[in-house]
Amino acid sequence: MIEVVNLTKCFGDLQVLKGIDLTIEQGEKVVIIGPSGSGKSTLLRCLNCMEDPTSGQVLYHGVDLTDFKVDINEQRQKIGMVFQHFNLFNNKTVLENIMLAPVITQKKKMKKLRRQKDADAEIKTKAQIKADAKENALALLERIGLTDKADAYPSQLSGGQKQRVAIVRSLAMNPDVMLFDEPTSALDPEMVGEVLEVMKDLAKSGMTMVVVTHEMGFAREVGDRVIFMDEGKILEEGTPDEIFNHPKNPRLQEFLSKVL
Amino acid sequence: MSGFDRKIQRFLEVFINAGGYNKVLEGLQNTLLIAVLGLVIGIVVGTLIATVRVLPKYKRLPRILNGICSFYVGLFRGTPIVVQLLVFYYVLLPLMGLKMTSVAVSVVVFGLNSAAYISEIMRSGIQSVDPGQMEGGRAVGLSYGTTMMRIIIPQAVKNILPTLGNEFIALIKETSVVSFVGATDLYVAFNYIGSNSYEFMVPYLVMALIYIALVLIISMLVKAMERSLRKSDRSR
Repeated sequence: MIEVVNLTKCFGDLQVLKGIDLTIEQGEKVVIIGPSGSGKSTLLRCLNCMEDPTSGQVLYHGVDLTDFKVDINEQRQKIGMVFQHFNLFNNKTVLENIMLAPVITQKKKMKKLRRQKDADAEIKTKAQIKADAKENALALLERIGLTDKADAYPSQLSGGQKQRVAIVRSLAMNPDVMLFDEPTSALDPEMVGEVLEVMKDLAKSGMTMVVVTHEMGFAREVGDRVIFMDEGKILEEGTPDEIFNHPKNPRLQEFLSKVL
Repeated sequence: MSGFDRKIQRFLEVFINAGGYNKVLEGLQNTLLIAVLGLVIGIVVGTLIATVRVLPKYKRLPRILNGICSFYVGLFRGTPIVVQLLVFYYVLLPLMGLKMTSVAVSVVVFGLNSAAYISEIMRSGIQSVDPGQMEGGRAVGLSYGTTMMRIIIPQAVKNILPTLGNEFIALIKETSVVSFVGATDLYVAFNYIGSNSYEFMVPYLVMALIYIALVLIISMLVKAMERSLRKSDRSR
């Protein structure tokens, strides 16, 4: 589904990623661990080109996302992303946060369809698009138990609530894959559980997930494959059992002895 | 005190009987028209310029646009507004063979002038919004422009509203120079009353009071807008 070929990324003179090769299959849950500054967040951000790779390719369903001719916005609609600092739209209510992107992209799609004059295509009015998006958003809010916060602004939510809303905001676009960039690192310890719970539910539903995290428990429980990165390279990858119980790379052994 | 009474008497005579109030109404209308339309043009053009100036600069087109915009801002901030009015009215219009009323010229010049200032205000407003907001928008598949319009600029406007109010107030007061190109504003109206009654003290006093009243009303409106925009903030 996602194929990374010889990916490098430099910030000025600093080379953060030094040739990454990685394949992510449909339905797979990949957890990326590693010390700070190892390039794991950068790798994740290259998967949807939030950072433009310096060289190499990111193939998503065979489409090279690093190609400037590719409509990156259209591709990103199918790649959900959750950030460490939530990045909810501060000027929009919770409901508007979830509805905004689906409504805008649907409207654009309808405009295109109308121009093509395809008789078979189902053309929805603006009101219908909005009503559908709202129904979907409310269903998603119900799933995370925040229906009563629909009209609240992000500033009125706790960190855990914000992150849960951020997750369903991405889900509202029906993505094929979800990228998580340290989703629990900015949360109070108390609130980590509720966010991980939502992510576990998502994993059970069969979503393809790539998660950068420091939550080793989560990596062990949910991950199909764990990737250990340091200094811009993948040093070891394998099942959670292989990585956590039988680590081979000395750097990984050292890392685990510190965090476990 | 009787001297002052007589002055008021004279003023009222011209103001009411000799049609002075018509002149004042016209002046007030023009002053507001130039300031309001100037502000609207300023906000639209200024926002466009600000958006160009915060564009990522690794491609050639944004860099060229950015150059043009900074030249524009430099030009309009580097010359007095009176000079801009005169150049526009007496140099550019005849050169291009265009005919415009002096009020229309004032609207355009004040709009373009305030655009230069507002673009800088808006730029700082845009840059004060957390970059994560842009990332959040791009990550759900919205384009740069859509995210800018729907997410970043509304938050930027909220941050800079007090400064924008200031700009509007400055604009209202600066319009008092449009008589240089022959437009009738508040100053021209009261000057007319003054010269017809041979008495300038009261007309200019009333003029000052009207300006103060205008500015107070605007500050109140800005405060009210700030309050309604602040509803997404923590403090309420």
